[in-house]
Amino acid sequence: MRQKSTNYITFECLSRSANEAFARGAVACFAAQLDPTLEELGDIKTAVSEAVTNAIVHAYPDTLGRIVVKAQILEGGVLEITVRDWGRGIQDVEKAREPLFTTGGEERSGMGFTIMESFMDKLTVRSQPGKGTKVTMRRRVQPRGRGR
Amino acid sequence: MEMRYRAENRLLTISLAGELDHHAAKGLMDSIDRCMEQNLPARTLLDLGGVTFMDSSGIAVVMRAKRRMDALSGSLAVVNIPKQASRVLETAGLDRYVDMLV
Ligand SMILES: Nc1ncnc2c1ncn2[C@@H]1O[C@H](COP(=O)(O)OP(=O)(O)O)[C@@H](O)[C@H]1O
Ligand SMILES: [Mg+2]
Repeated sequence: MRQKSTNYITFECLSRSANEAFARGAVACFAAQLDPTLEELGDIKTAVSEAVTNAIVHAYPDTLGRIVVKAQILEGGVLEITVRDWGRGIQDVEKAREPLFTTGGEERSGMGFTIMESFMDKLTVRSQPGKGTKVTMRRRVQPRGRGR
Repeated sequence: MEMRYRAENRLLTISLAGELDHHAAKGLMDSIDRCMEQNLPARTLLDLGGVTFMDSSGIAVVMRAKRRMDALSGSLAVVNIPKQASRVLETAGLDRYVDMLV
């Protein structure tokens, strides 16, 4: 389903772990115009952090590569975020999305996709081994004011 | 990410402050390991009171601390958990493996 975008930002960064904080912070600043609650903003930051960390850790395990993040506001107050990399890709996306599945060893928990899925309304993962991965997440931010 | 600790009578309290993401977790795991090795606690309290943000990297940190305490035949509890961090820990179902005290 295509929906009209009313505003967006996009940025590219190198896959350095120092950029994790920048990426979630930038998206949170952009999302602020939807007037989210602190809890909604926390959910959005967490999901972005998971997706960008995956690109840094898994897509480019021993190189530095490009990551492009786009955040857009769709009609109806829906925030859509895409995180794209051109790294190693995922063999079996369904398996990768299972809770506790990780190829990252003791340093990872395997809960990244599970958190993205439960903190956002919708999660789509498209990936091709050797070509890269595109993660798309949507979250409707409840309009504030009357009754809230 | 800042880490402070206090050890008395084999009770080790580790207090964290700042943002706990993958960038911070790498160094933090080593610091916690070293702190436990030096103090050989019977019980460790991991105080998240100052944590302003945490993602799933924090889950790995807690699980690692838990395994280290198991290896020392000691116990671990996570205390003072802020709301955002507790949502992450709950989603992971970590309360089934680790004591969480509010
Ligand atoms: N951008 C990506 N590029 C390549 N592999 C990925 C990417 N994102 C996720 N993966 C794979 O999916 C697995 C599960 O990811 P996730 O749920 O975030 O857990 P974790 O990051 O803790 O391993 C990863 O271990 C990795 O194998
Ligand atoms: Mg992950």
